[in-house]
Amino acid sequence: MAESQVLVEAQGLAKRFADFEAVKDLSFSVKRGEVVGILGPNGAGKTTTMRMLTGYLEPNSGKACIGGLDVSKERLKAQRMLGYLPENAPLYDEMMVVDYLRFVAEIRQLDPATRQQKLRTICERCGLMDVLGKDVGHLSKGYRQRVGLAQALLHDPDLLILDEPTSGLDPNQIIEIRKLIKELGQDKTVLLSTHILPEVQATCDRILIISNGKLVADDTPEALTAGESGAVIQVVVKSAGALEQEAARLRELFEKVKGVGRVESQEGEGNGTLGFRLTAQGNSDPRAELFGCAVEHELVLLNMNKERVSLEDTFRSLTLGEGESHE
Amino acid sequence: MNNIIAITKRELRGYFDSPVAYIVVVVFLLVSGWMLFSSLFIMGRADLRPFFSPSPFSPSMLLVILSAAITMRLVAEERKSGTLEMLTTMPIKDSEVVLGKFLAGLGLLASALLFTAAYVLTVAALGDLDWGPVISGYLGLLLFSGALVAMGIMCSTWTSNQIVAFIVSFILGAGLYYIYWLQFFLPEFIAPIAEYISVSFHLDNMARGVIDSRDVLYYLTITGGSLFLAVRSLEQQHA
Repeated sequence: MAESQVLVEAQGLAKRFADFEAVKDLSFSVKRGEVVGILGPNGAGKTTTMRMLTGYLEPNSGKACIGGLDVSKERLKAQRMLGYLPENAPLYDEMMVVDYLRFVAEIRQLDPATRQQKLRTICERCGLMDVLGKDVGHLSKGYRQRVGLAQALLHDPDLLILDEPTSGLDPNQIIEIRKLIKELGQDKTVLLSTHILPEVQATCDRILIISNGKLVADDTPEALTAGESGAVIQVVVKSAGALEQEAARLRELFEKVKGVGRVESQEGEGNGTLGFRLTAQGNSDPRAELFGCAVEHELVLLNMNKERVSLEDTFRSLTLGEGESHE
Repeated sequence: MNNIIAITKRELRGYFDSPVAYIVVVVFLLVSGWMLFSSLFIMGRADLRPFFSPSPFSPSMLLVILSAAITMRLVAEERKSGTLEMLTTMPIKDSEVVLGKFLAGLGLLASALLFTAAYVLTVAALGDLDWGPVISGYLGLLLFSGALVAMGIMCSTWTSNQIVAFIVSFILGAGLYYIYWLQFFLPEFIAPIAEYISVSFHLDNMARGVIDSRDVLYYLTITGGSLFLAVRSLEQQHA
């Protein structure tokens, strides 16, 4: 792997605060062009890690490199390459959106000749044209987040670091911001943190799971959701007779179907229906055979769907024993 | 340098877009005008000493209060709202942040001082005015304001609570101000030290029309020292 391919590199990062270790010996790297999600329960050390990468916090040991530059030693140079949106988008509430972005443009030292054009492009891209004259403090959370993104994008950085970019947004806003992040991911490297699982599945190429300040997983969403045991299939069938007996009879029936491993009864949908949870053997997908079995025995099949081993399960098993609650 | 100007512009805008700047200027003009003219007519002399020289209740004392009031939010508020995190992750040095904010605070007090030129011109029209003490007096007040603004910013970097920043910087400023008159109650060997560290002692010299390099150096030392400590305090947060 060529050195220049690696944009972000964390080597044994550790950060202690007065009474606890927020991050312990964390190492990972992000290649140019990747969209990587940092996942972890609240308090796992996601924000602390990002703060060390962006030069806001100095690690107690280890080092963070952006584009080959040590963030602690060449902070300003490294910071020129990245755009950062901290959690909850802390912005100057009393400023107008356009004034705020102009201020950031000055700090980022954008060329005055092209500054106006650049501001315009970014505002259009982030959908801010309608709110330019509003005070930042009067914006909805969704727009606030967009201003935060615009601020991070203004100097066209190689790397975007986003700390919980969708927290506190309503479902529509979440989808809009995710869409924006996906678009950005096409030509930028993005490192984002979240504790919302579907979010990383929807947006990221690779997932880092952090628990208790340590890296516990580093893989693609597909690999993390594949699981060791086979796929799980949920089946709902209309019962023909007494529920208990029917359930026992159907369990036996399903167990004989090719490719099906374990069969468990579970809640149906009420109204004389029976639910089953079938675990497939190995990599097989026994849905076709199940359908054949249903036709053969004249079962009324109401529902059948293949459930991926959810990221939630992987997440829970990896971060179990965590004292803190998470969503 | 451009970064410093950007920060200064933003902070000055913050002052002048809100009532803060107008309150500061108007209060300073009203109170200092009243202090000046109430004694001017009693003395019957074209003399601006009551305006420039420090006393337990004088325009310079008002500057102590106002400087604490206008600097308390400069860093504390950014720390509290999280914008400091945003600012420190941009390519800008901590010293540029501090200097930019310092220039904005000093700029606001300087503009309040500028408006008092109207009083000077009024007094000059009433009688024969000695311009020497006026020039050194203004220079003295400007240096004095700089020192207090720098101390205020230093206090503002220590906390995320603006009220705490105000109280600490007011106590510091008022302490260094009033110690000049308290020196008579202090043991003999401490009195000269108390006099030397007092912000009002050096202002008193300059209000008399004497520009002594020691007085100038004193203010520049206080200003530079406070700003240095403010920068260090900002750097601390990286650690």
